[in-house]
Amino acid sequence: MHSDVAIIGAGIIGAATAYELARAGVSVTVIDRGALAGGTTSGGEGNLLVSDKPPGAELDLARDSLRRWRELDPGDIELEPKGGILVARSPEAAKALAELTATHREAGVDGRDLSLSELAEREPHLTRDVAGAAYYPEDSQVQPVLATAALLTAARRLGATLLTGAAVTGIEPGRAVRTASTTVHAGQIVIAAGPWSGEVAKLAGADLPIQPRRGMVLVTGAVPKLVHHKVYDASYLAAVASDDAGLQASAVVEGTPAGPILIGSTRERIGFDARIRVEALRVLAQGALGLFPSLAGVKILRAYGGFRPYAPDHLPVIGEDPHRPGLWYATGHEGAGIGLAPATGALLAALMTGGVPSVDPVPFSPARFG
Amino acid sequence: MTRIPEDPAGVFPDPATITVDGQSRPARAGESVAAALIADGRAAWRETRTGGKPRGVFCGIGACFDCLVTVNGETDVRACLRQVCDGDEITTTAPEVSARPPRVPAADVSVPIVVVGAGPAGLHAALAAAGAGARVLLLDSNPRGGGQYHRQLPESFRASRPEKAHPGQAEAAALLARIAGHELIEHRPNTTVWAAEAAEPALRPGGSNPAEAGEAGHVLHTTTGTVRAERVVLATGAYDRAVPFPGWDLPGVYTAGAAQALVKGQRVRPGSRMLVGGTGPFLLPVASGLLAAGVKLEGVLEANRPAGGWLRRPGILASAPSKLLEAAKYNLTLARHGLRVANGQAIVAVHGSRRVEAATVARLRPDWTIESTRTVEVDAVAIGYGFTPQLELAIALGCSAGAFVDVDSQQLTSVPGVYAAGELTGIGGAVLSAAEGRIAGLAAAGAVPDQRAARTRGRYARFATALAEIYPVRDGWQSWLDETTLVCRCEEVSYQTIRDTVTEHAVTGTKTLKLCTRAGLGWCQGRVCGRNVADLTGLPAADHRPVASPICLGDLAGA
Ligand SMILES: Cc1cc2nc3c(=O)[nH]c(=O)nc-3n(C[C@H](O)[C@H](O)[C@H](O)COP(=O)(O)OP(=O)(O)OC[C@H]3O[C@@H](n4cnc5c(N)ncnc54)[C@H](O)[C@@H]3O)c2cc1C
Ligand code: FES
Repeated sequence: MHSDVAIIGAGIIGAATAYELARAGVSVTVIDRGALAGGTTSGGEGNLLVSDKPPGAELDLARDSLRRWRELDPGDIELEPKGGILVARSPEAAKALAELTATHREAGVDGRDLSLSELAEREPHLTRDVAGAAYYPEDSQVQPVLATAALLTAARRLGATLLTGAAVTGIEPGRAVRTASTTVHAGQIVIAAGPWSGEVAKLAGADLPIQPRRGMVLVTGAVPKLVHHKVYDASYLAAVASDDAGLQASAVVEGTPAGPILIGSTRERIGFDARIRVEALRVLAQGALGLFPSLAGVKILRAYGGFRPYAPDHLPVIGEDPHRPGLWYATGHEGAGIGLAPATGALLAALMTGGVPSVDPVPFSPARFG
Repeated sequence: MTRIPEDPAGVFPDPATITVDGQSRPARAGESVAAALIADGRAAWRETRTGGKPRGVFCGIGACFDCLVTVNGETDVRACLRQVCDGDEITTTAPEVSARPPRVPAADVSVPIVVVGAGPAGLHAALAAAGAGARVLLLDSNPRGGGQYHRQLPESFRASRPEKAHPGQAEAAALLARIAGHELIEHRPNTTVWAAEAAEPALRPGGSNPAEAGEAGHVLHTTTGTVRAERVVLATGAYDRAVPFPGWDLPGVYTAGAAQALVKGQRVRPGSRMLVGGTGPFLLPVASGLLAAGVKLEGVLEANRPAGGWLRRPGILASAPSKLLEAAKYNLTLARHGLRVANGQAIVAVHGSRRVEAATVARLRPDWTIESTRTVEVDAVAIGYGFTPQLELAIALGCSAGAFVDVDSQQLTSVPGVYAAGELTGIGGAVLSAAEGRIAGLAAAGAVPDQRAARTRGRYARFATALAEIYPVRDGWQSWLDETTLVCRCEEVSYQTIRDTVTEHAVTGTKTLKLCTRAGLGWCQGRVCGRNVADLTGLPAADHRPVASPICLGDLAGA
């Protein structure tokens, strides 16, 4: 097989990249060892957040991405601008939160401080034991698997090829990707293999520092609309940025169009250990009840998890390997890959085709690892 | 739809008064809420979220979640499992916020052996292990032991002739009496295991090897507390498989197991004029139970043509003598009512506005495609297309499994210390399950194997293999569906949606399909639709359900 670009990984990042390249008239083959969206993309929640990102490179990427999500509209992907609410449970946290909204506003993000009565109006079932709150109307949501399927289908309609059930066994940068059954000849190769990107890069002789960070989510049965926004404890911000390997959880509670409430999510560095641990689920449940005490009688139907792909500096890796021309990376999006996907695809497509990037590519360059 | 008049089982239940949507209704203490509602003339008491369709009992044993109802403010209670208490307030529309159910006092325990499931396999496993001197904790979600086969009437029914409800009652009573009387066995009813996992090394002070440290190697999270056990015998059984057909989600369509549970365990008739259809010898006891309960049967339809299969396997029937006798007895009951099993026929559609009013019966070709049809007026049907094992706990503990759990000659799974017995390891009936249970119990206790049980298992396992070959579910059922037939009942996903999603998005994975269509994401978590979706798409079924039974958020937080 021949194509201009071979993309390894049919997750949300591979899909968004394929779509952007196909739109630019580039011929693309997307290769995955499993089914589309069978990796981390089906193990997360699908929030498109600006509220959890302090001003900086990642926020710029997130805002560019959010704009693209709104414009994309590739079919029914349950895109919902539900808005995010951050809740501070102590006076110190409230102070930090107010500082965050202020810096966000300076950076042009719509972050509003909420009075407790406004908060109660927006989320009637939320605990009243709150020291401060903020509202981010731009925070949104998609259903990640639908979004990936829709992007890949759109890319295929533009001529892209999808090869599933094809584990990559060899990579020659700038030349070809081999699987057990076929060889895809391609001048440019993109590794978008999520938390497995480090392993895949090894096949090209590259040392890419991407590690898995385990996360678990609880799902309730379908309930009436009890939770209206994505509501989370402001301590989440600390958990996201933390380098601690132990179990961390800060409640993130949200309703979904299909009825169930999602309760996320834990953060743990335990390698690729896929077991669902009850201890982790319990911590999530406690966090959710802390925010919404009246959910005590709601039933949990299932739990699932995934492995966030993270880089040591918690920033995505988007760009060409400085030592291996023709080998590109689009990974390391950690807990924000769904949100960051369209901008990642667009940035990579611009870099590969000589287009004009809409965000500064330098902070994401793989060259930062030397 | 009524209680069995002049019940031959001689029941003297305590009366109870419940309210249904504010209206006072008579009921029997200890019966299931579903039985009370059906006896009160309701076939349905819930409407689906998206389609607004009526739903009542379908599986009758807790697997399908069709029967959800609000009891005393607690939403989403399975009516087929919940026992009626005097004064219960039942509502068919849910309040916005569910009341948290009263908490069952939970005590964490450590035991050498835990047996999950008190059906034939679990009961025999517990007795065998205790007989070898081991202390056993026997857990079961039902209020009484016996499982599906030895299903017992509620104690509060005070039945004077329970053998009229269950032909094997003498054996069941003796078995349960031995369990109750055994000082090494603690039987905890009303206990559901909602999660299982390997004990964390951190939880075992002083060593990572559980055997060396003398610490329990497996943790079961139950509705009555956490259980740590060195050895686990899983005997969690199976539930009926039902294949979809147009109208199969109408109230009045029951699984064969549901019809049997209502008659045998609740003394309630699911209909007055019924058809029984599907495949496998299990249809016979169900039909004969319905006849004994005074239901008029318009037919018993076996989709396969089994006679040739048995003839080509001479000696197989003789290897399982009790089966032969059983079948003869049931056929005799049918004959007394002027009925005989119609081979090569099936219920391929049912009709009705709010409940079943008629069924389309088809004569099938050998591949189960439809040759010709006729319409039969009935108010309910019972269908059964074999059984699906309850694999979730075995999978959660890491046991290797395909369609069934893999075990060795001692019923040991791929995980040290975890044994499996009964329908979990293959469908072969109560005698096979009992033999497997005995072998597993002895092995778990480290006792000398019982050669007789091994021989029984050998004979009945051959019989089970023959059953699977003679009564397969053939692909022709897929031609019964129309575009709008729901394949996933919970999330109301149609055949067309599934088919179109697979082709439009080039879906090649089970999880991807689930998340693209929501088939299998609803209350039953794919227990009902999983095998059918797998057959329709050629993608493998997944039985990975780490939350093995729904648990209240409040209870999880305190677990
Ligand atoms: C609990 C949890 C909650 C989350 N919540 C959110 C959220 O709310 N919002 C958000 O934006 N993000 C969230 N995320 C993060 C998000 O899911 C990820 O950042 C994103 O899915 C990464 O996408 P990806 O395409 O890089 O990786 P993946 O989706 O993992 O795709 C990688 C693909 O590569 C394939 N692959 C791997 N090795 C090979 C090989 N050798 N050959 C061929 N193919 C291979 C895999 O099969 C896989 O399909 C969450 C993550 C978790 C775990
Ligand atoms: S009928 Fe109650 S769960 Fe199926």
